[in-house]
Amino acid sequence: MAHPTVSRRDFLKVSSTAGAGLMIGVFLPAKKRLVEAGLVSGQPFEPNAFLAINPDNTVTVTVMKSEMGQQVRTSLPMIIADELDADWSQVKIAQADAHPDKYGSQGTGGSGSIRRSFQKLRKAGAAAREMLIEAGANEWNVDKSDCTVSNGKVVHSSTGRQFTFGELTKKAANLPVPEDPPLKNPKDFKFIGKSMPGLDTPSRVDGSAQFGMDVQLPDMLYATVIRCPTFGGRVKSFDAHEAKKINGVTDIFAIEGGIAVVGTNTWAVVKGQRTADIKWDHGKFAKWDSSRIRNMMQKKGLGNAVVAREEGNVAKAQEDADNVLEAVYEVPFTSHATMEPMNCVAHVNNGKCEIWVPTQAPQRVQTTAAEALGIPEEKVTVHVTMLGGGFGRRLFADYVIDAVEISKKTGKPVLMLWTREEDMAHDFYRPTSIHKLSSAMTKKNRATSWSHRIIAPSISAQRSPETFSKGELDRSAVNGASNVPYEIPNIHVDYVMTNTPVPVGWWRSVYNSQNAFANEGFIDELAHAAGTDPYKFRLKLLKNSPRYLGVLKLAAEKAGWGKKLEKGRGRGIAVHKAFGSWAAQVAEVTVNRDGNFSVDRIVSAIDCGLAVHPDGVRMQMESAIVFGLTSTLKGEITIKDGAVAQSNFHEFELLRIDEMPKVETYIVESNEAPGGAGEPGVPPVAPAMTNAIFDATGVRIRKLPIRPEDLRV
Amino acid sequence: MATYTLTVNGNKHRVNVEDDMPLLWVLRDEIGLTGTKFGCGRGLCGTCTIHLDGEPTRSCMTPVEYADGSEITTIEGLSNDVSHPLQQAWIDEEVPQCGYCQSGQIMTAAALLKRIPDPSDDDIDVAMKMNLCRCGTYQRIRKAIHKAAKGI
Repeated sequence: MAHPTVSRRDFLKVSSTAGAGLMIGVFLPAKKRLVEAGLVSGQPFEPNAFLAINPDNTVTVTVMKSEMGQQVRTSLPMIIADELDADWSQVKIAQADAHPDKYGSQGTGGSGSIRRSFQKLRKAGAAAREMLIEAGANEWNVDKSDCTVSNGKVVHSSTGRQFTFGELTKKAANLPVPEDPPLKNPKDFKFIGKSMPGLDTPSRVDGSAQFGMDVQLPDMLYATVIRCPTFGGRVKSFDAHEAKKINGVTDIFAIEGGIAVVGTNTWAVVKGQRTADIKWDHGKFAKWDSSRIRNMMQKKGLGNAVVAREEGNVAKAQEDADNVLEAVYEVPFTSHATMEPMNCVAHVNNGKCEIWVPTQAPQRVQTTAAEALGIPEEKVTVHVTMLGGGFGRRLFADYVIDAVEISKKTGKPVLMLWTREEDMAHDFYRPTSIHKLSSAMTKKNRATSWSHRIIAPSISAQRSPETFSKGELDRSAVNGASNVPYEIPNIHVDYVMTNTPVPVGWWRSVYNSQNAFANEGFIDELAHAAGTDPYKFRLKLLKNSPRYLGVLKLAAEKAGWGKKLEKGRGRGIAVHKAFGSWAAQVAEVTVNRDGNFSVDRIVSAIDCGLAVHPDGVRMQMESAIVFGLTSTLKGEITIKDGAVAQSNFHEFELLRIDEMPKVETYIVESNEAPGGAGEPGVPPVAPAMTNAIFDATGVRIRKLPIRPEDLRV
Repeated sequence: MATYTLTVNGNKHRVNVEDDMPLLWVLRDEIGLTGTKFGCGRGLCGTCTIHLDGEPTRSCMTPVEYADGSEITTIEGLSNDVSHPLQQAWIDEEVPQCGYCQSGQIMTAAALLKRIPDPSDDDIDVAMKMNLCRCGTYQRIRKAIHKAAKGI
């Protein structure tokens, strides 16, 4: 088949506007064309930065990804500035508004901001550098091979003459874009691999960072929304009479999502929300609670499953086995609970809509608002603010609909804020799951089979019910389970879909958090059944997987694996690969006689390939461990009468500073392509913890969260 | 509705609001100081911490009528130029991730250091454990408080 010719130039786009100088976009309006031409596969090709070199000698990097604490507004500019050889003090950041195709996907998820754009950002920086060199050489009328760039200046080597980038940018903008600009040798990196100070850090310690709910517009109204607490329920009737008497409440009306209370300040609408008398039709799900969901899942789990991986013959291996080990692991629903509750500022006016929102998915906000208002996408402007946490929750745009509906109805700019109670009751929860595992063991204590059945609601099915109407395999639900790395000859992994009306969504590491808990807990059980040290047992079954071995050995060595611990203390290990990175952790716990326990230390090793921003990686490991510990020890969402039983932080608890273990992070030295950092640290936490508790007490925990009463022997 | 006089970060403000309006919303919606954040509305997370007459206070639970005539310090008033030792230590240690809870963390820590200039780990636990951080920056918060204590 003949492919249309698409030159490499299509990857980079240059434009020059009056006074603006050189602007380089890592650009892809031609993505479809490239896919058709076979030049890029269906794999993510996500350009996410735009570079402008300004006549005032500043370098503006427009960041297309959302900043929620992962330092993306520092690390992405580092990549460009390095290849550009800019001076770090020149670098300014701008946040991209949503655009359907100018930047490629602006979705911030999958721990992908760096790993999916590293080479493209390098190329953008390198192309600009080459063009600046050529512009300088032209000005001096010398050969460009005699010119170099360093610290934001183009230098003529023979004479020492110099131009700043600002002096050359307009000339450079008229030159052809180099098709294949040379990239630096990694040993010459100046920013990549160094921990540059966070460009946003000062604004995060003086209150000036602007989050979604900090946006204030002239003539702005405040609003909040009350949704039916029961999933699938709706408003039957409401009486606004009393609520409207509250000073500052200007209106109460029904919107698609529930009842909106509007007023002149936040306090008025919060009081209005508490006062509004709403009768709900709670619907069929009102008869459901967590135990009924669990029963339904257990029952369905006995029936038909779809196969995710099949190798060898598990049934035969079990027949031939000396012993078959079985175990069931379970995790509950849990909430994202970002510290900044869901909110959105919208101004619908004159067939147009302007939105300010903390979102991980600016383009989804744009299309969602356009659809809700029945106006074309290009009439919707979306400004992305700083995010007070994301963890996957802000990939959804449900709350945006509330804001645009209220603004449309009132004709005013509106700050729509959910209370904490609404936020907790209307999340897209990490799916609850049940995992049935079994393994055939020979007399010589060799594991000859591995079976894992995942019984869980499907995020994909909730989003695209037609595609999954017959319980088809949701690939993401078996992520981290079907790719179990251990060298066991017979493997069977399957999935049973058990959907409920409880909304489910992407929660930091998605299904890897459940699947790693099951895998790494059960492999520990096999090791103990075999009478083998669980660390050595893993090494043996991973002997051909060097990157798994690398992190396991690093974590074990730094933790002093094998050194004897005093009575009541225990050590557990776990390893998992997700989002292009390998992570291993050793947890150390102390368990008291009454079952209370403390987490003393977690030693964490990560192989994320080349660590672009090592301190950023350490921050993400520390963060992931706290996130993982919260779901292992505390935060659990349960269902009662068809609604979420937890309302605020007294019922959905987060880990606190006095419970924080010592966390040590070690990064494997590597020049491999960068992997993800935001999520890979979450999955090993729970199994490392339960394995440590087993080591300390002999009690095997297979259900989260861990309760002290589970440990009273 | 009544008129209240508050001194916020050294500036006098007269606000005409409902008696039960929490200081958090007076500061944010009426005075326009948005550095103080809303997390839970029930005094459970510490995100809204300010100093009321020098004492660390949950602004989401403190009605304006109790604060009439008081001196209030918010994160914006801790220094004019990010020069408070805690702000400097927070920058040096790269404490913030998303940053949303950090106003409350820093204000709680500032009150701690006024009371105990060189706090132990236990002092830090007691003072800071009601301040939640979903990004999990606790280890760095502890380190930064110790560092700031050395610099005060």
